Amino acid sequence: MTKKRENAIVLSQERIAQDICSMWMKTGAALEAKPGQFISMYTNDGSKLLPRPISICEINREESSLRVVYRVTGKNTGTEEFSRMKAGDTIPVIGPLGNGFPLEKAAGKRAFLMGGGIGVPPILELAKQMDCGVKQIIVGYRDSEIFLRDEFEQNGEVYISTEDGSVGTKGNVMDAIRENGLEADIIYACGPTPMLRAIKAYAEEKGIECWLSLEERMACGIGACLSCVCQTKEKDHHSNVNNKRICKDGPVFLSTEVEI
Amino acid sequence: MDMRVNIAGIEWKNPVTVASGTFGSGAEFADYVDLNRLGAVTTKGVANIPWAGNPTPRVAETYGGMMNAVGLQNPGIDVFCERDIPFLRKFDTKIVVNVCGKSGQDYCEVVERLADEDVDMLEINISCPNVKEGGIAFGQNPKAAEEITKAVKKYAKQPVIMKLSPNVTSIAEMAKAVEAGGADAVSLINTITGMKIDINRKSFVLANRTGGVSGPAIHPIAVRMVYEAANAVEVPVIGMGGIMNAEDAIEMILAGASAVSVGTANFHDPGVTMKIVDGIEEYMKAQGFESVAEMVGIVK
Repeated sequence: MTKKRENAIVLSQERIAQDICSMWMKTGAALEAKPGQFISMYTNDGSKLLPRPISICEINREESSLRVVYRVTGKNTGTEEFSRMKAGDTIPVIGPLGNGFPLEKAAGKRAFLMGGGIGVPPILELAKQMDCGVKQIIVGYRDSEIFLRDEFEQNGEVYISTEDGSVGTKGNVMDAIRENGLEADIIYACGPTPMLRAIKAYAEEKGIECWLSLEERMACGIGACLSCVCQTKEKDHHSNVNNKRICKDGPVFLSTEVEI
Repeated sequence: MDMRVNIAGIEWKNPVTVASGTFGSGAEFADYVDLNRLGAVTTKGVANIPWAGNPTPRVAETYGGMMNAVGLQNPGIDVFCERDIPFLRKFDTKIVVNVCGKSGQDYCEVVERLADEDVDMLEINISCPNVKEGGIAFGQNPKAAEEITKAVKKYAKQPVIMKLSPNVTSIAEMAKAVEAGGADAVSLINTITGMKIDINRKSFVLANRTGGVSGPAIHPIAVRMVYEAANAVEVPVIGMGGIMNAEDAIEMILAGASAVSVGTANFHDPGVTMKIVDGIEEYMKAQGFESVAEMVGIVK
């Protein structure tokens, strides 16, 4: 019995695009956190019981702080409550949770670091920590409401796609790869399922090692409730069926392990 | 002051267990909870063979609660016996194994398999709203509930707890039926069947369309049903349904529960059961109760 739900202290909060907020918080979770892991954030509203799994965008171990960048999903939602918090407010959290991206696999290789929509934020800490041959960051947004661009540009070659073509390549992250003639030996990606499906198909066709961060509705966040499963090719050793737990066994999986 | 309770001949160190399905077999919660401080661990439902469960999304938040339609995904009794029983036996707590099935034979196979295993009690889930066959089919008809109880009792070497559904007209009648079938205890309530619709996507939120509603939103319903069941049968009642804190647990005990299960609250705070054990003890001290048994069902 070594872990517990603890109050993180909000250090700062700002809106960095329409519906997208950025929060730094002081929390012990920062001490062990790795890129690709997430934290469970709880609301202070007694009518909303389930934690919100939010990916970690940046880690500052020295200051024991984490940055989360999240989408406010609507009126009266948990994320709207988070967005109203100010420096000094407290927010219950557990974490870090999940496995994170295997950084070391990229050593000396040409890597794609791909993020789409609210799957963009975890790519930032990955980009900061990754030591690879060529670091190609490909991030996709809906429209000109792009975020974290400056931070990405400090950490690698950045390619942007927008669905409406207002910034960078018109289309999605796969279109950005094609338009810029990019090539990779290893891929890391986080984003909506259709995007991950396309990346998986691309990687498998070309025989590229590919790590995908999946998402699904969660309840416990720690691997007990079996809400957030994904289908796997092989029978999973824990579940004894073709299901893995995204919160506990993931959220990052080798693309060839999972059916999405 | 005596926190111990006796449930059908099995002595628990305190009246707090966890609701099946919210706690796995305890391994994932061991980082957050001292399992030695629970009266019992009630495990996720296990069947004779592995079940893959329902498609996702399996879970949704609702006002003051949640809905789930996990569909009893489980690794099957063989893996359970090899892995989960030895894990739990390392702790000083009782093991209550929740058993699920699609037919009477399925239940009996698991119960027979467990007869010689080192577990303390069995909880028979005849009330899951999320599987098509079995489950609730036995839990909504008093005659069928009595028959399945009789059937599993033939094979059981441990005391049998029958877990009842709230999706019935008379919970008292269901409790009496399983008592007549030989149940050693009853537990209630399982989740209440519900539905949630995504108005933007204009579709069901859960892949299964319906799911079981749990959490504090259903607590008053659970208290009422525990009260009715406890007044209808002689066997002990294990009360559950939306217990978030010690006050909710005590309410259930005063209504007639000899022990309580904490479910959805584990998702809100993985360490909540420890606070509930402490809170019940503090209440007993403050109110001058010498034992838990003194509190059970005193509100008439």
